[in-house]
Amino acid sequence: MTKIPVHLDINGTHHHLELEPRVTLLDALRDRLGLTGTKKGCDHGQCGACTVHVDGERVLACLTLAAQTEGRTITTIEGLAREGELHPVQAAFLEQDAFQCGYCTPGQIMSAVACIREGHAGSDEEIREYMAGNLCRCGAYPHIVAAVRQAALEVAS
Amino acid sequence: MTLELSLNQQPAHTRQGSSIGQPLTRRDGFLKVTGAARYAADNHPSGMLYAVLAVSSIARGRVAALDVEAAKAHKGVVEVMTPRNRPALAADPDAKDHPFMFRLDLLQNEEVRYPNQTIAVVIAETLEAATEGAALLSPRYEALPARVGLDDAESFVPRGVGVGNPAVQHKGDVEAGLKSAKTRIEATYETPAQYHNAMEPHAIVAAWDGDKLSIDTPSQGLAMAQGRISGLFGIAPQNIHIRSPFLGGGFGSKGMISGPQVLGVLAARLVGRPVKLVLRREQMYGPVGHRAPTRQTLRMGMDGEGRLTAIHHHAKTASSTFDDFFEPAADASHTLYASPAITTSHEAVRLDTGTPLFMRAPGEATGSIALESAIDEAAHACGMDPLEFRLRNYAEVEPMTGKPFSSKALRECYSQAAKAFGWASRPLQPRLMRDADGFLTGWGVGTATFPAIMFQAEARAVLKADGSGLMETGAQDMGQGAWTAFAQIAADGLGLDIDQVDFRAGSSDLPNAGIAGGSGHTATAGMAIHNAGAAVIARLADLATGNEASPLFGADNEGVVARGGRLYRRDDENRSESYAEILTRAGLTEIEGHGKGAPDAASQETYAKHAHGAVFAEVKVDPDFGQIRVTRLVGAFAAGRVINPRLVRSQYYGGMIWGVSFALHEEAITDRRSGRIQNANLAEYHVPVNADVPSVEAILIHEDDPYVNALGIKGVGEIGIIGTAGAVANAVWHATGVRPRRFPIRIEDLLG
Ligand code: FES
Ligand code: FES
Repeated sequence: MTKIPVHLDINGTHHHLELEPRVTLLDALRDRLGLTGTKKGCDHGQCGACTVHVDGERVLACLTLAAQTEGRTITTIEGLAREGELHPVQAAFLEQDAFQCGYCTPGQIMSAVACIREGHAGSDEEIREYMAGNLCRCGAYPHIVAAVRQAALEVAS
Repeated sequence: MTLELSLNQQPAHTRQGSSIGQPLTRRDGFLKVTGAARYAADNHPSGMLYAVLAVSSIARGRVAALDVEAAKAHKGVVEVMTPRNRPALAADPDAKDHPFMFRLDLLQNEEVRYPNQTIAVVIAETLEAATEGAALLSPRYEALPARVGLDDAESFVPRGVGVGNPAVQHKGDVEAGLKSAKTRIEATYETPAQYHNAMEPHAIVAAWDGDKLSIDTPSQGLAMAQGRISGLFGIAPQNIHIRSPFLGGGFGSKGMISGPQVLGVLAARLVGRPVKLVLRREQMYGPVGHRAPTRQTLRMGMDGEGRLTAIHHHAKTASSTFDDFFEPAADASHTLYASPAITTSHEAVRLDTGTPLFMRAPGEATGSIALESAIDEAAHACGMDPLEFRLRNYAEVEPMTGKPFSSKALRECYSQAAKAFGWASRPLQPRLMRDADGFLTGWGVGTATFPAIMFQAEARAVLKADGSGLMETGAQDMGQGAWTAFAQIAADGLGLDIDQVDFRAGSSDLPNAGIAGGSGHTATAGMAIHNAGAAVIARLADLATGNEASPLFGADNEGVVARGGRLYRRDDENRSESYAEILTRAGLTEIEGHGKGAPDAASQETYAKHAHGAVFAEVKVDPDFGQIRVTRLVGAFAAGRVINPRLVRSQYYGGMIWGVSFALHEEAITDRRSGRIQNANLAEYHVPVNADVPSVEAILIHEDDPYVNALGIKGVGEIGIIGTAGAVANAVWHATGVRPRRFPIRIEDLLG
């Protein structure tokens, strides 16, 4: 399969890749760029583990071809903390114990950051609804809601 | 004084409680929230290839042809592993030397015995090429009719159920008890096949170096995995290094190494390069275990005061055609309710499925939802409140054995959870409560119990001349919080601040920590850590008390206490010395001690050891459409000493959400014609999402248990699911007046 050039701006760093058109953004991040924080739970857009931001919006990296994001700005879990300082959502997840095994966590956190930015963290009910695309088999949901609530207040203040 | 203190003995010179019991945040939390925690599939040794499984689309028969040439012709494909070229093994994967050695499908022949069984492995330079190569194999099959349901095969009485319990057990005369009863009920309940579906698919990165093998793979039992691979490949266990620092969930499916993981090792051997193999989500519905379906019949008799006169709990279940695991569902009736006569019995059939295995609360979860439903039916038949009925039949001793409980704070669980829930205002009759929007509202209760099990574990403790400590044990963290809870136990065991202790786990070159399962890991490995700490402190105390230059000279070894990196004279705390001073004077850079964790045989004989809990659920049901929502859950649990309440609460929540899932969501559906699972994906195999989960409350009931082990730990990993599923089912009845008898509860069961 012929490779095509793809330019991606990931977590503030510019990357130039030669990729087969069939390579997903998720596999490009994990296998080509060593950014393994983004997880694969289903590869079918059903679990949310692979959630990243493309131009600031949450996107399922397993359902996105890397080539589709040519020239776009991508943020992954590795790009959230600034100079070792956790993002308020990351800090809230840690404090509220909003995870157990941690496998769904990068996806949950990326969703939560967007959820707050979208203005969908106004009540517990709203948080549950707008975080419903991210499965957690460990069942950390009550603490995830608490963490998003806490982080939303912090971001607002 | 010996270096290894005897088990279950409270070492006099260690002080408990400075780290244990603290609600610390997870020590691995920073790694997990930043994406830096390295799970198996995140590893990428240089020169690594990708392996992808091709799996069978039939349930029974044989593979007649595979287009290996087409796969190999695809650019990037390096090799295709089939029964013809699969490297030789030192042991037959179908051999079963002991009951916990499960038969594996490792391409030993062309036979297909369940859907999603591996039929070939394609190895390529990229994941995309391997995936395409697997599709190009275009298998042709000779298929046989599949046996998929509990009525599709001849039933038999298995030799043992669960971990080898007798399939049939009696106490007293059930028939006589039923005959003498004033009120009787009989009901049959069905539970479906369920799949663990940890968020992390089973993955392995395997690299051979001559006869040495290096592996990254999630494992709930490193030493067992190492032993199994050692036997299959005929290499010494110490030549196999397995790293499993983080599991992306396990729930039992990563307890024993599975066939696909071993195939990754075989693929690496075949191509002579490191190989990564990750299951696709749909491939997890077959070779890595599941919870078998059950059909359970309960017969109960009650006297005029609502006391049970007899319980008969019968369960029919299924195993695979080629191996034995029988869900011990009826055994749930051994522990909970007092009755002069109890019979539990099992029968089974063999179906064309992968072999079922341990899945979070195996037997207890399936048995509990039936038992708790039947108890509710019995209470209603007696005209009693379901909580009052449970208290009337409260077991003061373990019903089946007559042994006293080592501790049992279940009454406290009932009363605190009932109070927090507001149970007292519940109307006795169903279908009497509506909310402001007209939804039928119902309240239900379920009781939880789970045995306090211990396995075998070892740990090694080191104290260093710089005053710091090291604790090593090959423990496994699948999300329960081992990294944190064990570090807390280690800190107290060493008499050090937690930040001065380097705790190492998750690797097979450390002392064997046993298995993370059966809710027994914290107790077992925790006791090993505790005892290792005691052993090294005892050595340190010997150095001090035996040396004239020490302020502790002359003190009896038992006469010193370790705290904050110093040893103190128990009778005069003004006399103390730091660990560093003691070691430096002795000219030692470090000293070490070893400890073991194991069940105490004597107390095992004497006491029944269980954790207990009570769960109350509220549901709302749409009166027109039958849609069910759980709106409130309150549980109270008594499970011995809590090492870290923050983590324990997460365990209870997770378990309770599994209970909701059992009652309302999970079910694998098999197509009767093809024998394939129709919903082998996370969209159609339903598990709760955030919006399905209501407000959940877990109350931690204090419980001191001097008999389970010196630390007083029981275990919290599985008890949350038990009781919750039944509470939800009973709440659905209370809302609608319709008694759910098959799970998950379907809308159509509530209509009409
Ligand atoms: S891996 Fe992308 S949604 Fe599951
Ligand atoms: S923390 Fe384990 S799946 Fe969410």
